[in-house]
Order: sequence, then structure tokens, then C-alpha cells
Amino acid sequence: MYSYKVIKMHMADALISPAVGAGMLAATTGIALYSIKKVQNLENHKVPLMAVMGAFVFAAQMINFSIPGTSSSGHLGGGLLLAILLGPYAGFLTMASVLIIQALFFADGGLLALGCNIFNLGFYSCFIIYPLIYRVLVNKKPSTARLFTGTLIAAVIGLQLGAFSVVLETFVSGRTELPFSSFVLLMQPIHLAIGIVEGLVTASIVSFVWKARPEIIEHTNSAGGISVSRVLAAFALAAILTGGVLSWFASKQPDGLEWSTAKVSGSEQLASNGPIHKMLSAAQAKIAFLPDYSFKAGSESPAVEQAKWPAVNGGTSFAGLIGGIMTLLLAGLAGLGIMYVKKFRKAKALVE
Amino acid sequence: MSHHIIEVKNLDYVYPDGKQALKNISFRVTHGESVGIIGLNGAGKSTLLMHLNGVLFPTGGEVSIGEVAVQKSTLPVIRQHVGFIFQNPDDQLFMSTVYDDVAFGPRNYKLSESEVEKRVLSALDTVGIAHLRNRPPYKLSEGEKRAAAIASILSMSPDILVMDEPSSSLDPSSRRRLIKLLHSFKHTRIIASHDLDMVLEICERTIVIKNGEILADDATLKIFENEELLAISGLEKPFCMQNCPVCAAGRDVKKSV
Amino acid sequence: MPTIAESLNNIRLLDELSGQATLVHRLHPLAKLLTTLSFLIITVSFGKYDLSAMLPLILYPVALMIAGDIPFAPLFKRMLIISPLAIGLGIFNPFFDRAPLIILPWLQISGGWVSFTVIMLKFVLTALAALILVATTGITGIASALRTLRIPKIFVMQLILTYRYIALLLEEVARILLAYSLRSPFSKGVHFSAWGSLSGQLLIKTHLRAQRVYESMLCRGFTGEYNTGSLKKFSWTDLAYFTGFTLFFITVRQADIPVKIGVLITDLIK
Repeated sequence: MYSYKVIKMHMADALISPAVGAGMLAATTGIALYSIKKVQNLENHKVPLMAVMGAFVFAAQMINFSIPGTSSSGHLGGGLLLAILLGPYAGFLTMASVLIIQALFFADGGLLALGCNIFNLGFYSCFIIYPLIYRVLVNKKPSTARLFTGTLIAAVIGLQLGAFSVVLETFVSGRTELPFSSFVLLMQPIHLAIGIVEGLVTASIVSFVWKARPEIIEHTNSAGGISVSRVLAAFALAAILTGGVLSWFASKQPDGLEWSTAKVSGSEQLASNGPIHKMLSAAQAKIAFLPDYSFKAGSESPAVEQAKWPAVNGGTSFAGLIGGIMTLLLAGLAGLGIMYVKKFRKAKALVE
Repeated sequence: MSHHIIEVKNLDYVYPDGKQALKNISFRVTHGESVGIIGLNGAGKSTLLMHLNGVLFPTGGEVSIGEVAVQKSTLPVIRQHVGFIFQNPDDQLFMSTVYDDVAFGPRNYKLSESEVEKRVLSALDTVGIAHLRNRPPYKLSEGEKRAAAIASILSMSPDILVMDEPSSSLDPSSRRRLIKLLHSFKHTRIIASHDLDMVLEICERTIVIKNGEILADDATLKIFENEELLAISGLEKPFCMQNCPVCAAGRDVKKSV
Repeated sequence: MPTIAESLNNIRLLDELSGQATLVHRLHPLAKLLTTLSFLIITVSFGKYDLSAMLPLILYPVALMIAGDIPFAPLFKRMLIISPLAIGLGIFNPFFDRAPLIILPWLQISGGWVSFTVIMLKFVLTALAALILVATTGITGIASALRTLRIPKIFVMQLILTYRYIALLLEEVARILLAYSLRSPFSKGVHFSAWGSLSGQLLIKTHLRAQRVYESMLCRGFTGEYNTGSLKKFSWTDLAYFTGFTLFFITVRQADIPVKIGVLITDLIK
């Protein structure tokens, strides 16, 4: 009844750079704070409803929905469903909570990557797809056919946007060698299939609930819907700008990274170059970089990479290897040391 | 509030879908009384209880607690004095630890954290689960959850306790502990239950509800001795009274199988 | 995706671990949260090929797991379950990046394999950091850390409530799926005809529960403002913990410690 979900959209910390992580966290926090303000003005009963619906989505993600005609099954993501049930703002916050709990308790998606994940899985479905596509296609009293097609289209587009964001975020982070075009060709078709399943499952649920208890489906007025889109187009723009500006400092040169990490962790120990100097040189490098960054064919990369990491000669490699082994041994010794200290203290406490 | 007398006068309630749930309900409960509310499923017991602290409002008639009418505007005061314990403890234990759940009420009254702690620990002690204060609710047994739910109301120091099926799903020893506890309370107690033996033990007075109306309102023992009344209302004698040699002619349980 | 039973056990285990009383557990939740964040940022900031330079970071999770009495095996199991995502993308690196990077007298390792190993190492470190944070802090600790950061109460409350009901909903889903599977012995998942009704009924039940929870909150004096109790004070120990570890991380980032050690040793040998 339960199966492995190998293709997930949750991004791991290992695949992003600090700039992408920080940038997306900033964008997501901004959207979340705005949503909180909006939700606070609504009725009080929203919060337990949001929480229990979030728990529902979390649990429902474990259900195997058999795809007719195949032996495989699909799963529910839930972003669109939450938007339909709770409205865009509450839906977004609920999705955010679910993802936070998944990241903390299940390491499903990294903590730094939370901004990316909440954005990819929540922002699009709640603020772009729901008002612009779902509400437009599915009006107040939809027929079953209209409901299904509308939800299907909404889910598919939402997932395509989310998947494409994953590609962009991974690519800008520069941790994987997979060329942009290959990555896109890999992600988009798979998420087309996932989107279709998501759309059909969401539609089945909404259709059932609509017939049984229509009052559960959120009825926001359309006037509110329009201003939502305008405001959120602005947010999307801000998010892209933030990501872009911060990724300037995620230049491939280690200096830029050290500068940004030192700045973020608030340490006084900066390298001899002042921060402003670094900023300017990173900016300059970025402008030169841009053509490089966007079209990275597979064959180009080794040459490009070698140029940037000069002189990796045999001597350094060997030293690195020895040093690496020593470091692991030292870490192990430190661990043992802590264990003995603890045992000693426990024994001492028992005696006293 | 004059000794928190519960006064229900000609209470009517019609569901949003048009069904009449309660018809012309009238009764009066004085301070310290322990009243059982019995009847079939769907007779209206829970609906009646929900009028006592303003979860539902009557479509006709009036409910007042200590001469304060139960209305939207008086709810904060009413709820300070009337503690409601729901049927399903999982609906009441919504925080991540027992302590936080029991502290929820006092914290809402903006008491200082030290006062909150005093109340919480005292409530937990009363129900006997002080050792579970940091446990998350999903790790509690049914009996422990029930105790925690009761504690979460006790910490608000109510004068009146309203309970919906408090002994359901409890194992015998948890049930016995619950009965002992409820027996020890000095609060006014209103208990809706199918557990007729418990009602017999702790309620001096019982109200029988059928189809949304009061069929009888009398001393508990008188009600349970009235076989005709019990038959009409779809009930039976409490198990301890069936086949009883003293009050004679109890229903022969074997015959019905 | 693991089974529901595994997920429930995972939650229970982390919950139990977070209830321990070691030195690490007694630290202020905000200190632990911030230290975890600085660890993550530094770990993730390492370049594609900085494999050896990263190694000293292992000290952080190892130290915390030992000092915090956190068993490695269940965390390791959890990481295995979620590793496909990192492996799935990282595994392309060795294919596209073949130029040799590490040249030893007897072996040549391509850049792609190095960067893949770096990704896997980062994955292990970041996943461990998150799980250790929860195992030493718990959801209530994290909630109070968020409150200290002035995150609005309404959101923190919603997070706590969501967590509380996840265990319950998981059990309900498990029950429904068991009932379904007992009556459909040949199917591996929910049939299309039941997609809507099975999940829809669960959804409606959930919605009704939410109403009851809200009612019970009202009955306990809830007026719209959430109160989560007083906040712990940040002590000097907490500050020392945070600054100490962060300085360590930065040192690891700035100075390639393993290479330095290696050079030291090779010099001694010579």
C-alpha cells in the first residue's frame, strides 16, 4: 500500500549555494509575513483548520493512488488542494508548516533549502496558479468536467513552474555538472506526469467534497483575487531580483563565497581585503560571468573548471589525502574523548 | 453570580438543515448537584449540553447560568464558570505536551506564569497524572487522555462541570478511577452518558431525553426502577440492577440473546 | 516514501530523544537553531572540489550526537531513505566532469567523482544537522526559538498544532488504508474509483475535527490571541556555544586544515 517516492521536488541543502538558499529564504519569509498579516484579519477559526488540513496533507501524501492501466502509483503534493480549501494566504502558510516539519523531522529537503522548497511547492500553487488559472477556469458552480479539466491544467502548470524553479535554483548554485538543457529535459517531462496525477487526485477529492459538503471549499471573492495577483507579481519580481542580486556574490571564485559567508555569520575575521573591495570585484566578475553561466555544455566544463582551480598538482593532492585521513582520525579521537568524559562524569555522579 | 444555578427555560433548537433537535426543554440545577442525562444516541443529549456553555445558541427559549443569560456577549464570563469536557479527548488536547494543554486555559486569562504553573500542577495532581506533564498527547492511553482533558478544564477553576460521555472507551480500572474522581468533586456536575451504572453511582438526579424532549426528571434510583419509562426511552436498567433479587423482576438478560 | 508506521516511529523517536536532559538539551533552543544555521551555511558554501577542507566539519555532528546521547543508527537509516535525491542529481557529475583532479602516484580520480563525494558529504552533514537539532530541541523548543526571533505567534501556534495532529492523522490514514486493503487483496494502491471518496471522506472528517478543536479552544477562554508561555533567557553558556562553534566553522572554511596537517606530516617524513 505504500511505496517509494523516488522523484521528489524537495531540494537538499547539498545541492544549493548559500546565496541561493539565503535569497530564497528571504523571499519566502517576506511572502510568509505578508500572508500572516492577511490571515490575522480573517476569522479566528482559521488556525486550527489550517493546522489540521496541514496534517491531513502530510498524511495523505502517504497514500498510494493507483494509476489506472499501469502498475505504478502517484501521490498527492497538496499545494493546490490547500489553496482551494483555505485560500491563497492560509494555504501558503499551511504548506510552509508542512514543509518545515518535513525538513526538521524527516530531513526531507534541507533547512537552508526551505526557502526554495516553500517557494517551489507553495508559492506557485497558492499565488499564481490558484488565482490566475484555477479560479478563472473553475467558477462558482462547476460541472464535473470543468472541475477536472481546470484542476488538471492548474496542477500541471503549477508543477512545471515548480520543477523549472528547481532546475534554476540548482543551476545557479553550481553544485551539479548536469548541463542546463539536460536537466530541463529530465525534470519537466517527469513532472508533467506527476502534475497530471496531482491534478486528477486533487480534482477527485474536490469533486467529492463539493458534492458532500460544499461549504468546506473556500469562497473568496473575485475582487480580492485580482489584487492578489498584482501584489504577487510584485513579489515574484522581488524574489527574482533578490535571488539575482545575491547570486552575484555567489561567484565561482572562493573569495566571493568567503565574503558572503563571513558577512552572514557576523565574524570579525575577514581576510585582508576589505568587504567593499570584495563586493565590487565580485560584481565585476559577475558581469563578466553571465554569458558563461547560462549555456554550459558538458564538454566545456572541465576546461573551464581547470582554469579556475589552478595548479592542482600531485604534491598538494597527496598532502590533501594524508591530511584528510588525519583529520578523520582526529575527529574520531575527539568523539571518543567526549564519550569518556561523559562516562567519567556519570560514574562520578553515581558515586556521590 | 448567585451560586451558579443553571436555569434552562423552554429551550428549542433547530439544526441548520431544519431538523428539530430540542423541544421545550426546561429544568433547573442548583449548586453542587450531580445530574445525569441519559437517552438514546441522537436523542439530543450532546446538543443540550452544548447549550450550557454557548457552543450552540437556542432558536427558542433561554439558558442562564447564575442569572446571566448565555449570549455571545457574556461568553467569556460563562466559560470561566462552566467547564465543558468533550466526548473525544483528542479534540481537546491540541498542544504538544500535556502541560501546555492544561496551561492553555489559565494562560488565556492572562495569569502570571507562576500562577499558571500552580494551577496546572494542582489540576494534574487532582486527576493523578502529574508524572505525564511533559508527554505529548499521542503517547497517552485513553484513560490518561481523559484525565488530561479533565485537568485542562480543572485548571480554569470552573464551578460547573459539563461532561459528554466521560467513561466511553475506558478500561475498567481507568473507569473506576474516573468514577472516584467525579464522586470527589464538589462542583455542579452534568454528565451525559450511556454508562448507566456510573450514572447510578455518582448522579443523585437523572433527566431522560427522548426525541429532543424531556421524558422524565427525577431521582436516579426512581428512574431506573421505572421499567415502563426505560422501555419507552429505549433504555435498560443499569447492569448492576438487572436480575436483582432485592428490587425483583429485573430483565432476564439471557432471554434476549 | 517510507511506510506510515516508519514515519510514526520516526516522530516518536525524535520526540523521545528531545525529552532527554543532557548538557546539549539544556542549551537555549535559539542557540542551537542559530548554530545549526551557521553550520549549514558554512557546509553549503564549500566549493565543488573542496573535499578535504570540509572534513573537520564532521566534528560538529559527532560531538553533538555523543554529548546529546543521540543514537546514530536510526538517523543513518533516515538518511538512507532520503538519499536518492542527492544521489539522483549528483551522480551525473562523474559523467560530465572527467578531467583528473586528484593525481596520486598510483591513482587518478576525476573531478566529477570528487564533486560527487562532496555533494554526498554535504548531504550527510546537513541532514544530520537538521535531525540532531530536532533530537536535542523538540518541536516546543523550536517553537520557542522562533518566538524569540519575533516570528508571529499565529504562525508558531499553527506549526505546533500541525505537528500535534500529524501523528493522529497518520494513524487515521493507516486505519483507512488497512480497511481498504483488507477488502481489495489484489491491488497495491487506491483504485481510481475510490480516489475521491476515500480521501474526501478523510478530509471531511478532518474538517469536522478542526471545528471541534476550535470549539474546545473557545471553551477554554480563547479569544484570538495565542499565549505560549514565557521565554527562556539566553545565558552566557548559550552565547559561548554559538560563538565557539561558529568560529570553528569559519576557521575550517578559511583554512584548509587537512592539507596543513598533511603537509606537516609529509614534511616530517622528509
